[in-house]
Amino acid sequence: MANLASNFIGIKSPNPFWLASAPPTDKAYNVVRAFKDGWGGVVWKTLGTDPPVVNVSGPRYGAIHSNDRRLIGLNNIELITDRPLEINLREIKEVKRDWPDRALVVSLMVPCEEQYWKDILAKVEETECDGVELNFGCPHGMSERGMGASVGQVPEYVEMVTRWCKQHSRMPVIVKLTPNISDIRQPARAAKRGGADAVSLINTISSIIGVDIDTFSPLPSIDGKGSHGGYCGPAVKPIALNMTAEIARDAETRGLPISGIGGVTTWRDAVEFMALGAGNVQVCTAAMTYGFRIVQEMITGLSEYMDSHGFTSVDEITGRAVGNVTDWQYLNLNYVAKAKIDQDLCIKCGRCHIACEDTSHQAITSMVDGIRHFEVIDAECVGCNLCVNVCPVQDCITMEEMVAGTDPRTGFPVTGEYANWTTHKNNPMAKPAVVAEPAE
Amino acid sequence: MATRAPDIAAGRLSPEQYAVNFSDIHPPLSRHEALVEADRCYFCYDAPCVKACPTTIDIPLFIRQILTDNPIGSAETILSQNILGGMCARVCPTETLCEEACVREAAEGKPVKIGLLQRYATDTLMDEVGEQPFERAAPTGKRVAVVGGGPAGLAAAHRLAMHGHDVVIYDARQKAGGLNEYGIAAYKAPDDFAQDEVEFVLSIGGITVEHGKALGRDVQLGDLRGAYDAVFLGMGLAGVNALALEDEALPGVADAVGYIADLRQAEDLGALPVGGRVVVIGGGMTAVDVAVQSKRLGAREVTMVYRRGAEKMGASLYEQELAATSGVVIRTHAKPLRLVVEDGRVVGIVFEETAEQDGRLVGTGATFELPADMVFKAIGQILVPAALNGSAETIGLDGGKIRVDAERRTTLSGVWAGGDCAATGEDLTVAAVADGRIAAESIHRALSAG
Repeated sequence: MANLASNFIGIKSPNPFWLASAPPTDKAYNVVRAFKDGWGGVVWKTLGTDPPVVNVSGPRYGAIHSNDRRLIGLNNIELITDRPLEINLREIKEVKRDWPDRALVVSLMVPCEEQYWKDILAKVEETECDGVELNFGCPHGMSERGMGASVGQVPEYVEMVTRWCKQHSRMPVIVKLTPNISDIRQPARAAKRGGADAVSLINTISSIIGVDIDTFSPLPSIDGKGSHGGYCGPAVKPIALNMTAEIARDAETRGLPISGIGGVTTWRDAVEFMALGAGNVQVCTAAMTYGFRIVQEMITGLSEYMDSHGFTSVDEITGRAVGNVTDWQYLNLNYVAKAKIDQDLCIKCGRCHIACEDTSHQAITSMVDGIRHFEVIDAECVGCNLCVNVCPVQDCITMEEMVAGTDPRTGFPVTGEYANWTTHKNNPMAKPAVVAEPAE
Repeated sequence: MATRAPDIAAGRLSPEQYAVNFSDIHPPLSRHEALVEADRCYFCYDAPCVKACPTTIDIPLFIRQILTDNPIGSAETILSQNILGGMCARVCPTETLCEEACVREAAEGKPVKIGLLQRYATDTLMDEVGEQPFERAAPTGKRVAVVGGGPAGLAAAHRLAMHGHDVVIYDARQKAGGLNEYGIAAYKAPDDFAQDEVEFVLSIGGITVEHGKALGRDVQLGDLRGAYDAVFLGMGLAGVNALALEDEALPGVADAVGYIADLRQAEDLGALPVGGRVVVIGGGMTAVDVAVQSKRLGAREVTMVYRRGAEKMGASLYEQELAATSGVVIRTHAKPLRLVVEDGRVVGIVFEETAEQDGRLVGTGATFELPADMVFKAIGQILVPAALNGSAETIGLDGGKIRVDAERRTTLSGVWAGGDCAATGEDLTVAAVADGRIAAESIHRALSAG
């Protein structure tokens, strides 16, 4: 069993798996259950000013399912905590006292006036929690009132509120970013300028999860009407991974600690976020789908992975893939790969063929000598990977790198020499000499 | 040897037990089960299951339609190729057809449950819409006679009616449906499904059924050729093969086809007598059907005896397993030698063990006797060519069945044939439906050209 202990901006937890600020962390009852099941930490559901907000009394969630109804994406129109501030503060203090080894961070969202932040920070500090997370991400409901994502979308506000919080509190400050913005680096840079100890991302993505095609109400439907919600779950992971990497490799924010959020469902997802720069991860939808016990799979999976790779600390994973994230223009255009179909594993469904034939490069046979047979035609294969992606059998189709010889498609020799678009003869902006990828 | 009184009795079981024994052998899928199962289909390119289906139903499409919660559209996809898709979903040996070809059989030994999905779609349409979903073309004024109201005849009649022709079906029995009504094992199509489906097919209109009209007895082929623009022969096989043993006509020996027909028509299964010890001779579907149903009627011991090895049986592996799990003993490599007769009735049967030498079946000389209260012959059915008399010309035969070409045209002009009476391939409901549809399209082309 590897040592999974995590130290994220000085906040210690027995493992890097935290529950994100969301319905699962709204009450002591839930949080204690989570800690009993092994979660390393929680970010308590966002506190606001009294009187508390009021939620709808109809459906708050909508979902995208696979055809066998596995939940792939979830959206919600729930607001911040709808419980009185004092009750939350009292429970936070009790839970932190009873579970001192777990991380307990408190999410906050109050109007954009310094006094509000000063007041609530003072109250939260008394709970002896480990830190605060500023909710600049919530895209629905609260944003209409000038909070949440409407702050996170304006870098100047992000910087300003972050600065207030650092000024009026000794606690570590994590700034939670909204993905509902065109360049995630802008609010991240602003948070850093404001003195943030870390950023966490992504919050949910503005979304309409579906439409009832009989009543024509958007979903979830409240008395025949719908409002956009925040989208999360496995479906948003690729978006979150990219934004994590963008911040991790940006010259201005490089080194700024990141708490990775967005569709983390298994230990593998967690490792991917950490490899792209996250120091820990936060989870919500997976817990809301399967219950808190899933953390046990995450813990054992991460432990096995670290042991098999000889990692002795979770920090050794953080950032390992960041150096391999680059701009398209620096990709090696001399790298040649061809798909290869393992005939022993092939079940002859023909999906690779029809995908390639109809929509790509006509590079996979369907019939050879009158027999149903699927084989890659190297002279046509551009190595696009579509066949690998549509094949239903694990490892049946693989991409094999050509290391020598001539690419039968282009007729060019495979030299193994790196060359990218910046020097390509077809590039009107090509530079005269070979320019290597800049060192990261 | 003391005289053995035959043990033949009705009412061996309680009414509840009959109900259980003859209830649906494959309960239908619920909506949830159908959606989960439909998700397993890979929507293959040029799908092997379609190639394995005699009626070439677009299986990936109909399953995808189920997946998108469009079971009515799914049923229309099925029925456009096979108007008896409901029955075929129940009786097709899918394990040797579409499901054997399913790529998930290759992948993990568990094919998509195509038969049950087909049933889900067709049942939904029949329950929710009730009528068949196709519209008749404008009347052509052409008239076609269809001989036999079984799967081949119904499929042909429906397709011809769709094309605007008027059809008269001549059926020898009191009910249409053929083997669907009189032959299929009861637990494969309970709740009078065969008659529901006949009504469903006929609901297109333009089809008249003349009941109790047998070819050669009540109607003559020559007359039909004169009176109609085209004739389709789909009357099945009226004769059964004989054992060619002495005393075969004595009480205690029955043909399986007749017994199954009685069973299918029985109002009260408890009133149907069955032997305590039953011996079935044969290795095909009919043999399994009569053996399993005898067991389910309460027979104590049922033994199926087949002259060759299990791998040569006409019954699929699945059917053999069904027999075994129903408590039927299957003995292979034994052929009937003589019947044991006492007091004018058959009380047992002596078999000689067989072996295959250079592909030939030979007796080994070793014998054994099975006591039997009832012996069922299930060694195949045959065409009775005399029924085709009445024509000035004789119709061409091929291996004892009516010779047809790829379009199901016989050697007589204006006469098509399909189903079990035609020499086309396997004697399966689905193959008969394919014949009927193919013949109807050929007839339509011929009538349109003329």
